[in-house]
Amino acid sequence: MTRRWFWPSFALPGAAWLVLLFLVPTYAVLAVAFGTVDPIFNNPVPVWNPLHWQFATMRSVLDDLRPGHVFWVVFVRTFEYVGISLAGCLAIGYPVAYYLARHARRTKALLLVLLIIPFWVSYLMRMLAWIGLLLPDGLVNKTLMDVGVLSHPYGWLDGQASSVILALIYGYVPYLILPLYASLDRIAPQVLEAGRDLGASPISTFLHVTLPLSRHGILAASVLIALPMFGDYYTNDVISGSPRTSMIGNQINLFFQGGPQRTVGAGLVIVLSLLLAVLMSYYLWVTVRASRTETIL
Amino acid sequence: MRRVRDWWANPWGQPRFLAFVTWGYMAWSIVPVGIAILFSFNDGRSRSVWQGFSTRWYWGDPNLSVLHDPSMRGALEQSLKLAALDMVIAVPLGVGLALGLTRWVGYGARPVNFLMLFPLVTPEIVMAVSLLLIFVTLYKIPLGTTAQVLGQVTFSISYVVVVVRSRLLSIGRQYEEAARDLGASALGALRLVLMPLLTPAIFASLMVVFALSIDDFVVTDYLSSNESTQTVPIKIYSGVRGTTTPALNALATVMVLATLASVGLAFFVYRRVNSLQRAEAGSGSALREIAALEV
Repeated sequence: MTRRWFWPSFALPGAAWLVLLFLVPTYAVLAVAFGTVDPIFNNPVPVWNPLHWQFATMRSVLDDLRPGHVFWVVFVRTFEYVGISLAGCLAIGYPVAYYLARHARRTKALLLVLLIIPFWVSYLMRMLAWIGLLLPDGLVNKTLMDVGVLSHPYGWLDGQASSVILALIYGYVPYLILPLYASLDRIAPQVLEAGRDLGASPISTFLHVTLPLSRHGILAASVLIALPMFGDYYTNDVISGSPRTSMIGNQINLFFQGGPQRTVGAGLVIVLSLLLAVLMSYYLWVTVRASRTETIL
Repeated sequence: MRRVRDWWANPWGQPRFLAFVTWGYMAWSIVPVGIAILFSFNDGRSRSVWQGFSTRWYWGDPNLSVLHDPSMRGALEQSLKLAALDMVIAVPLGVGLALGLTRWVGYGARPVNFLMLFPLVTPEIVMAVSLLLIFVTLYKIPLGTTAQVLGQVTFSISYVVVVVRSRLLSIGRQYEEAARDLGASALGALRLVLMPLLTPAIFASLMVVFALSIDDFVVTDYLSSNESTQTVPIKIYSGVRGTTTPALNALATVMVLATLASVGLAFFVYRRVNSLQRAEAGSGSALREIAALEV
């Protein structure tokens, strides 16, 4: 008979680590956002007791969140950029994942290796690669000028929203394709053959069988890349660097890198987390449900 | 022209449009990185105009090359140091947590399981901010290497759990139960039966943690103290918009090579281990272990 504490004792160190370095720090954000600021040193003083929380900072953050105000503009822009990038990622990623799962035969192994390569090249290295291409004397401008599309170099890196969105798509699409491929690969070929046998055309088989069966895969993979995109500030910083394109992550980063307004930054983190809570719970729900069915099987 | 159109539209052939998109995507995703690597061998100071081949940015230049610029060498060393520490700490913690969570049936298991999933979905900036605040206000841990390791381990553990747990579920309990029936103690069954079966998953998670650590920018940057604790991604981030030389490309290239070498090594060891236990049931490929990360 295995002793009752045998298995829990294996989980204990890891669980304790997560409590001390994930759960407690999350509470620290609340304590700082609802805390005070030291009048002499100008650094935030967290208030750990919820009964003594101060709401002045949060109120000013929420004021700036009203339509037309500073944070509102940034939030709307963030949603726009993430939405467009996500659509772009799906437009590129779904056909690729579909081809890999359904049609690639002799080249499948090679294609899978090529698909994995971006995972082993650091994200910022991949951004560095594009910056080299997009510089005023870089290959993109040179090619476009040779072809005759441009007469003089275009400032791709001077705060262009389109460059930021393209960089986001480039950065995150590999993280979409892999789970999408996994979910499309799981669809049994017999189901598709059944659709064909019952007289459906390839297109209507796709629309009525493959697409519905991959719906959860699409949603889960989209959430998986949307969440980090919402918190992304480095892509924007290296590709644009201009406040005209700044996203919510840039705003938070600004408050934390520069000086006394960390309480405001913490307030923004809370607002962002609350907005993302819907996406996070969806993902957690799918994951927990999947692991439960696995346990039953 | 007609023949090209017929070939393209042939309904019995391969779906050419999809093939075109796929190969186009592969080229689009890899060629820019290849060009950046090429420019690390540029003879001039430009990162965008080719001026001939040289290795000056690797070791030739007495001041600015990766080998001779102390800040670049430091960044490389810091990146590898953090990755090693992260692997050494996060993998045992994660394996323990995965074992505990799959085998432990009790009231505590469910909340811990839930807590374990959160780091996977929390945007990095939220995690970085909360770690920074707790270290500065409550734990009084000085920023720098210690704080960076603590932060990286925190987001790495959950990935290890996901990889190891999917393996544990596919192994099932029967081998362990057989060992217990034959008289092994609980710890003996774990050591002699379960651990060997888990070796491929442990290798896969070492690889994953290495890649996570090397690639991480946000948490590592928030918890860094000064120039001496900068890693390669931080160096790229802060240098990429300035008037930097191709040495930055060379630094990034060295990092890519280091990653590929360690992946290759891990894969080789994995193959060796796997071929030793060919008889064992349900051995998956390394790719599948990693693909298990996503849902």
